[in-house]
Amino acid sequence: MQASNVFFLLMGLATLGFYLGRGRSLALAKDLRGIRDLHSLPNYYGYYTALWCGLPALLLLCIWVVADGSVLTGVVMESLPSAELPSDSVEYTLLANKISNLSIGVLPSAGQPDFLLDAAQQLRYLTQLSSWIMAVAVLALAMVGLIWGRAAVSANFRARQRVEKVVQYALFACACLAIFTTLGIVLSVLFESLQFFKSVPVADFVLGLDWSPQTAIRADQVGSSGSFGAVPLFAGTLLVSVVAMFIAVPIGLMSAIYLAEYANRSVRAYAKPALEILAGIPTVVYGFFAALTVAPYIRDVGEGWGLSVSSESALAAGAVMGVMIIPFISSLADDVISAVPQAMRDGSLAMGATHSETIRRVVIPAALPGIVAGIMLAVSRAIGETMIVVMASGMAANLTFNPLDSVTTVTVQIVTLLTGDQEFDSPKTLAAFALGLMLFIVTLILNIVALQVVKRFREQYE
Amino acid sequence: MSNSSKNLKKIQDSLVWRYRAEKAFRWCGIVAVTLGLLAVLALFLDIIFKGKGAFSATYMQLEVTYDQELLEIDNFADQKQLIVADWGALYKSALRAEFPDVRKRADKRKLYALVSNGAGYDLRERLLANPRLLGQSESVWLLADDDIDTYFKGWLDGDPYTARLVDNQVEWLQQLITTQRMELRFNANFFNRGDSREPEQAGIRGAMIGSMLTLVLTLILSFPIGIAAAIYLEEFAPKNRWTEFIEVNINNLAAVPSIIFGLLGLAIFINFFHIPRSIPVIGGLVLAVMTLPTIIITSRAAITSVPPSIREAALGMGASRNQMVLHHVLPLALPGMLTGAIIGMARALGETAPLLMIGMVAFIADIPGGFTDPATVLPVQIFLWADSPERAFIEKTSAAIMVLLSFLILMNISAVWLRKRLERRW
Repeated sequence: MQASNVFFLLMGLATLGFYLGRGRSLALAKDLRGIRDLHSLPNYYGYYTALWCGLPALLLLCIWVVADGSVLTGVVMESLPSAELPSDSVEYTLLANKISNLSIGVLPSAGQPDFLLDAAQQLRYLTQLSSWIMAVAVLALAMVGLIWGRAAVSANFRARQRVEKVVQYALFACACLAIFTTLGIVLSVLFESLQFFKSVPVADFVLGLDWSPQTAIRADQVGSSGSFGAVPLFAGTLLVSVVAMFIAVPIGLMSAIYLAEYANRSVRAYAKPALEILAGIPTVVYGFFAALTVAPYIRDVGEGWGLSVSSESALAAGAVMGVMIIPFISSLADDVISAVPQAMRDGSLAMGATHSETIRRVVIPAALPGIVAGIMLAVSRAIGETMIVVMASGMAANLTFNPLDSVTTVTVQIVTLLTGDQEFDSPKTLAAFALGLMLFIVTLILNIVALQVVKRFREQYE
Repeated sequence: MSNSSKNLKKIQDSLVWRYRAEKAFRWCGIVAVTLGLLAVLALFLDIIFKGKGAFSATYMQLEVTYDQELLEIDNFADQKQLIVADWGALYKSALRAEFPDVRKRADKRKLYALVSNGAGYDLRERLLANPRLLGQSESVWLLADDDIDTYFKGWLDGDPYTARLVDNQVEWLQQLITTQRMELRFNANFFNRGDSREPEQAGIRGAMIGSMLTLVLTLILSFPIGIAAAIYLEEFAPKNRWTEFIEVNINNLAAVPSIIFGLLGLAIFINFFHIPRSIPVIGGLVLAVMTLPTIIITSRAAITSVPPSIREAALGMGASRNQMVLHHVLPLALPGMLTGAIIGMARALGETAPLLMIGMVAFIADIPGGFTDPATVLPVQIFLWADSPERAFIEKTSAAIMVLLSFLILMNISAVWLRKRLERRW
């Protein structure tokens, strides 16, 4: 029996449990003076029974589904003749995969050695057996839970408190998922990076000036020993981000100031959402725009001036990225500028300062921590932005600070290293995780500092 | 002159440039806003101009004979015959009949290239729908090849693109054009088909279904969990270090670059839990993990906007904390949460980078039928087409972008509408 069927049966049983529990409480109430003599409302007795019926069984089902495959494969592998059992762990996994593919019929059985066919046969048999045992065990547990839960129902039983406790725990578990996500990210990135740093020293990675991640497939191959010096990538990322900031910070900041301080209501009502459209456009669209419209345009203009511009220039990618970040900066700056108390403006204006002087000498300095934090968040976004640079900037790692040249970035390299065919333990693949670790650390620091600054800024004026 | 009048003079003199500075500053603001708006405009106009052609496709009218000998079919019930039959021969012979002077092999090949190589299958569908046509001939509008499509659309605009055609082909096309047997028709293939290597046959149906399946899964996973987490943090969480740690985590996760979530999906879901690549399940999981923090944050904002008097009234009437939250706070906060969820889904719909890591970037021509079929999604399809060298794909890419953007605009408008309609001001 399939796990999904068992699941639906289980849900049915739990529903039945609800009605049984409620029915029993109502029957109890009849002998007393109605439901006011019960401790909880009848529904809570129903929920209590349903929870006893469904929860332990569901837990068992989950554990079974997760553990089932590996346990059965382990049993089958144990039963193989010891002469055929490979000692190498990679070979072992390969063989196990082969047997499981044979057993579900993905791999045709013709021409396979007999011991494999036997093992596949056994695996098929065991899988079937296991799924039946699982169905029986889960449903039996559900029945036991149902009977247990129903038996507990009595007039003085505090069902509501019990049910609410379970609800609280469930809510708490959901909130903790955020921590598990972070943990998952840190572990996955860190674990693979540590493996990478076993073959490439950290210093070579962080300080090396040469990036060419092609590793030799054959031992006697020439010229592709693979070098993993990430400095050109960091420089490229920095260059693109700086170009983006040169566009986004002045435009974003000035439009925030204009919209918050000068514009009348109707202009603000239309211009602000119109600018925020930019924030909602998917990055892949920006990438397309950068690669097919902006980059050729910049190249043509550059050639008109007699400059040699790469068709994948950092300028094009950076400029489009800057446009993407404008609304990010403008809405954050708008928030902090609006948070500056009106009394400060009034004071300055009353002293005879013009509006722009008030903004430059009073409002901006007061809002500065918030604005700086906003820019930091924007930088972190620019560093982590992927699609624009994947589509509009180059693959070759040039160590240059000329925005007209083609550069590559950390995110571009992660994508190129991890798409397409890959073997999971080659330094080439692992390098992507090391780059991911760098990216995660840098953006994390930027985010934490910026969020702290914003928080403190808010507290200051509240 | 007294000191104060000297000061007054100084101030009055300085007023000229101070006012000028005021004006200049104001103009800077106007210029900045205009530049931003111009960028929006340029982006949209560029996409629309590049993509508008993709909604129509070039068709050419040919006299096709469903020759029984050529197809070697005598029994429609025999599946094998239908599979073996050379359906392409139908349009090839029609082209030969149309241009009888073409003799040389190389020329013939160029001639056959006028029609899309998928046209044979269209003819097959026609014949199967109407078996009486066998042995008869009829005049059919056949889908043209993408190079011909590009040429014809350019010709209509007075600027034909001939770099991919030989002179003979242009001559033949002109012949067809003068007899009015070439025309643009609505490109239904674009909305009904999956991906293809041939631009004229490529459609976004597969990617749209893939996006839908992925988003459904994302919503099912992230919305309930997000709401539950938000309720816990706002209503039940004790003020302690652990709660603070959770909050810091959520805020940071919302700002982690999306590509990192792709790495998480690759290392944890694929390599550890052995979920297959390229299927909506894995895409939905990764996107759910990615949107979860956003949904938690917006849901918390929605919960805080419910006034405390509601809570106090409920508690005062003897409700437990759970009842107060589930019966009173949650229903009132739900519109705000829904708005947040729609915006989160819109972001997930446009997300590309993490999906590249988990294999949703594969070339998939079939339209996915379920959560475990290999699929791709709209933004990834756009990325794939943008990378294709064929010129005709530029137009397809822009059109796919238009479709994606209209979905996003629709979602955002519905979020705004929902907020206006359901949200209560306290």
